[in-house]
Amino acid sequence: MGKDRVAVVGIGQTEHQATRGDVSMAGLVREAAARALADAEVSWADIDAVVIGKAPDFFEGVMMPELYLADALGASGKPLFRVHTAGSVGGSTSIVAAQLVQAGIHERVLTVAFEKQSESEAMWALSMPIPFQPPLHAGAGGYFAPHIRSYIRRAQAPDHIGILVALKDRTNALRNPHAHLHEHDITFHSIKDSLMLWDPIRYAETCPSSDGACAMVLASEAVGDEAAAAGRTPAWVHGTAMRSEPTMSADRDTVLPLGGAQCAAEVYRQAGITDPRRQVDCAEIYVPFSWFEPMWLENLGFAEPGQGWRLVEDGATALDGDLPVNMSGGVLSSNPIGASGMLRFAEAAMQVRGAAGEHQVDGARLAVGHAYGGGSQFFAMWVVGADKP
Amino acid sequence: MKRDVAVISFAQSAHVRAVDSENEVEMLMPVVGDVLGAIDMTMDDIGFTCSGSTDYLAGQAFSFVMILDGVGPWPPIQESHVEMDGAWALYEAWVKLQLGEIDTALVYCCARASAGDLPMVLTRQLDPYTAGPLWPDSISLAALQARALIDAGKATEADMAEVAARSRRAALDNPVAQLAWDRPAGELLTEDHLVAPLRRHDCPPISDGVAAVALAAGDAAGDRCRRPAWISGIDHRVEPIHLGLRDLTESRSTRLAAERAGVHDGPLDVAELHAPFTHQELILRDALGLDATTAVNPSGGALAANPMMTAGLVRIGEVASHIHDGTANRGVAHATSGPCLQQNLVCVLEGDGAGGRRR
Repeated sequence: MGKDRVAVVGIGQTEHQATRGDVSMAGLVREAAARALADAEVSWADIDAVVIGKAPDFFEGVMMPELYLADALGASGKPLFRVHTAGSVGGSTSIVAAQLVQAGIHERVLTVAFEKQSESEAMWALSMPIPFQPPLHAGAGGYFAPHIRSYIRRAQAPDHIGILVALKDRTNALRNPHAHLHEHDITFHSIKDSLMLWDPIRYAETCPSSDGACAMVLASEAVGDEAAAAGRTPAWVHGTAMRSEPTMSADRDTVLPLGGAQCAAEVYRQAGITDPRRQVDCAEIYVPFSWFEPMWLENLGFAEPGQGWRLVEDGATALDGDLPVNMSGGVLSSNPIGASGMLRFAEAAMQVRGAAGEHQVDGARLAVGHAYGGGSQFFAMWVVGADKP
Repeated sequence: MKRDVAVISFAQSAHVRAVDSENEVEMLMPVVGDVLGAIDMTMDDIGFTCSGSTDYLAGQAFSFVMILDGVGPWPPIQESHVEMDGAWALYEAWVKLQLGEIDTALVYCCARASAGDLPMVLTRQLDPYTAGPLWPDSISLAALQARALIDAGKATEADMAEVAARSRRAALDNPVAQLAWDRPAGELLTEDHLVAPLRRHDCPPISDGVAAVALAAGDAAGDRCRRPAWISGIDHRVEPIHLGLRDLTESRSTRLAAERAGVHDGPLDVAELHAPFTHQELILRDALGLDATTAVNPSGGALAANPMMTAGLVRIGEVASHIHDGTANRGVAHATSGPCLQQNLVCVLEGDGAGGRRR
C-alpha cells in the first residue's frame, strides 16, 4: 500500500499533420508507441499493460477503437485500458497509467493517446445538435470566446496579448520537427490580419486540426534507476492530480475555474512546490486558443488574478524568458485532440530529461504538464523532475 | 502488498427494453441515491468517482459530461471516466484506492441502448477498414462463435438451451430482470433459428439500465457495511479483435485473468458471468474452471438483462450482494467487452473469514 515512485523512461510521438493519409489509425498509434519503446530500449514483450486515451469516438467514427487497436498496441494477452475524460484525456490517461506503477501492479506500462481528426469533422462533432443543447455555438471556439471576452474585461488586458501568444507558440514550433504547423513567414501583423472567427479569437490564434499520437513508457523505480545508470535520463513523476467540476453551475467561474486551481494546488503540494513561478523551470499548458495562456497562468498560480497577461507582454513565457511556456509550440501548433494532453505531459518530461532538442530550456530540472477539457471543467496535471522525488 | 478494498454497496435500476420518458441523468440519479443512501453516505463522503459509458449508445459526443453534471461535482471532485463497461471503471477506482490517499469511491455506469439499433451500432466497434464496412451485426458474429463451438464438439444446441432455460428461470427471482420465464429446454429447441445455430432464447435482450457501486478501503469498509465484499483479486486481459486470429471456442484472456485474480485459491459459492449468449457461458465456465459446486448466474445473468456498459458492473454487484447478505462467502464476477468475448475482466470477492482478506 502507498505510492511507489514512477519514471518516464521512453517518449515517442508521430509527425503531426492535417491528414496522415499514409497510415491507418493502427499505424498512427503504432508509430508513436514504437518510438517510445525504442527510446526506452524495451521491446513489446517487456510491456505489462497498455493504457490508451482519446477524445470522443465520433471523431473517427469507431466505437471504442481500442478494441480494434488491441493487437497494434501489442496488448494481446495483456490488460488494455481506455480512458476518456474529454480534452484533458491525454493528461488523465498518463495519470491512470502512472497509478498502475505507483500501486505496484505493473513494472512497465505503455500509455498512448491519439486522434485522427482527418477521419471526420471535429468542429461539428463538438457542436451538439438539438435536443441536447441549444444551437448557440459552432465548435469549441464559439464556446470559449465568451470566457475570453470575460477575461479581457476583468483583467483589463490589452488586445494584442492573444496575438503575442500565437506568435510565440508558432515561432517555438519552428524548432519542433514533430509540430503540425511550421509557419516560417508568421509575423505579429499576419496574425492580426487573419480572419476573425469567434471574436476575439482570430484564425491564427486557433489550434489546428491534426492527426497524431503520443506514447510514453512509464516504469517502476528499479527500471528508472537502470535507465539512469545506462545514461538514459528518466523523468521522475513528482505529482499527479485530476479535478472535475460541472458544465453548468451558478457557482462556476469559467475564467478562473476552481477545479483548475485545486488541481494545481494539489499537484504542487505533492511536488513540494510553494512558489511555482520561481520553482518551476518551464511549463507545457493546454492552450488551444491564444488567450488561454494568460488565463491558465493565473489559474495555475504562476500569476495573480488579472496579471497573467503581463507575463506574456514582458516575454517571461518566451523560450528565453524566466518561465518558458509551451516550448514545443503547444496546442496552437499541433492538435491531435485526444493526444494533445499527453503531448503536454510528454514535453514536460522531455525537458527535464534534457531531450527536447532545439526547444530545450537550458537547465530545466522541474516542469509542469497541464491539460484541460470539456467546458473548462476537467483538469489533469503532473509535475516531473530530473531528480527523484 | 495490496490494500484491502471492498464493495460496500450496490444498486441498479430495473432493466427494460426502452426507457422512453427519462434521460440518462434521470435514470441514474435514483440509483446513485440508493447506493449511497444504503450506507448513509453522500457525495461529500466520496473520495473518487469513476464512470463507464459510451457515446455510441447516446448518439452524442461527451455524453458522460452531462451525466456527471447530474451527480453534482461541486465543489470540484477527483473523477475519471472510461469508455468501457463500469466493471473497468471499478478497476480504475480499485487502483486509485491502492494508493492510500483516499478511502472511498463511487462507480457508476449508464446504458440506453434503445436510442439506436444495437446490433448495427456494435458493428462500429470492428476494424473500420476491413470488417466495419461489411456491417456484420453482433448476433451474426456470436453465431459464428457458437458454430465453431458446436463444430469442435464442445457443446450442442441442447446444452445452449439448458443455459437459456436455467437463466430465465433464475431470473424469475430477480426483481430487476427484463426477461424471465419458465420453459423446458426441450421445448425451446423446437423453435426456428434466429441466426443459426442461435435461436432467440440463446440471445440476450436489448436493455436500458444503470448501476452503481460504492467501494471502501480498510476500516472505512467495516464502518459502513456489516459484511463487506472484499476484492481479493481483480485482473483483465484483451485479445485481438479479429475473429480469425483467435480460437473462438475458448477464452484465453478469461483464463489468464482468472489465474491473476486468484480464482482458484478457494472454493466458489457463486459466479456471475457476463455471457450475453448461451454458448458464451459454456466457454466461460470452462475458462474459469467452474464445476457443479458453484451456482452460476443466480440473477439470470446477461440473458435476463444486458444493459451495455453496465452488465459487467452488475455482475460484480450481484456477487457482492450475496456476500453482503451472507448467502455466499466467496464468489467470482466476470465482465466482457468487444465481439465474441474479446476482452474480459475477472473479480474475486470474499466475505470476512473466507481467508482472502490480508491483515
